Amino acid sequence: MAILEILKLPDPRLKQLADEVVRFDDELHGFIADLEETRQAGPAAVGIAAPQVGRSQRIVILDCSTTRKPVPNHGYLILVNPEITEWDGFELGREGCLSVPDYTGNVIRAERIKVRSQDPQGEDHEFEMEGFEARALQHEVDHLDGILFIDRLVSRRTDLFQRKVYQKGGKK
Amino acid sequence: MNWLMLTLVGEDQPGIVAQVTDALYRGGCTLGESSMIRLGGNFSIMMMVDGGHAEQTLTNLIAPVADRLQLKFHIDPIHGGLHRHRVPNFQVRVNGADRAGIVAKVTGALAECGFNILELASDVVGDSEKPVYIMTIQGYAEAEIETLESALQPLAVEDIDVHISSVETLIG
Repeated sequence: MAILEILKLPDPRLKQLADEVVRFDDELHGFIADLEETRQAGPAAVGIAAPQVGRSQRIVILDCSTTRKPVPNHGYLILVNPEITEWDGFELGREGCLSVPDYTGNVIRAERIKVRSQDPQGEDHEFEMEGFEARALQHEVDHLDGILFIDRLVSRRTDLFQRKVYQKGGKK
Repeated sequence: MNWLMLTLVGEDQPGIVAQVTDALYRGGCTLGESSMIRLGGNFSIMMMVDGGHAEQTLTNLIAPVADRLQLKFHIDPIHGGLHRHRVPNFQVRVNGADRAGIVAKVTGALAECGFNILELASDVVGDSEKPVYIMTIQGYAEAEIETLESALQPLAVEDIDVHISSVETLIG
């Protein structure tokens, strides 16, 4: 087990398209253990993607079970070769990134998604995600495609044009 | 670094940012955080500037371009620095018929709860017959959302909606 170095902006390796995983062996399992240890070591990240530690492969770890306010989630997930197959709705939310320290900003993401992926043994799985967990997965899959959240920032003023219905009297 | 806060305001026209920052660049200045926006047909700039310059040196750099663009400007030494970001954990949205005192009342109620405003943007939209006020606030408070909600609820009168939601910043 080892804590790996997190690549930081403007490292060009963060902008690369990551390769598919084809070998589900002990070496992969060892790397995933290191990736999780690295996620745990840093500032409360709900996810981490292999390219963030310089391994250009389609591997993501996600865990939205420990947010301050509980959100719908599937617990601790290791997603190998994840693929988003359906998107629905959109929502503005604030994001930061281990690879972009000291900055947070607003990004629009799909509200609900379907994801197809493999586990570390190569078995197929499908998940339906919503809200915060769906946002986290989209953030991590972006890493696999060489995209950072700062590539998707929207203006602060965009927030004035919210899609949510305001209720009279202010309180639900 | 010795930061100076440079404020410029004047009638909006294309090229203000380019000409101001070019003068600063040629004068050997470094720029820090900034906020620039068009308000009521005027363009406003608040910008952290460094370069080890005395106020007078910066004044001499800016005066010609400010003259040319008909901008008023102001320079203050500040004690602040970079990398002092605070991540908001609440967002407040207010909208409704424009009426005197709404900003004072909302921000007063928030201040009573120890709410620190990090960002506030407001606008008057609609038409002059029926102006509508829209405001978004992002800030940080230790208080629970229920406490903030009950502090804001008395302000939500018939034609004004006040809504607060927690912001969970995703780190991935």
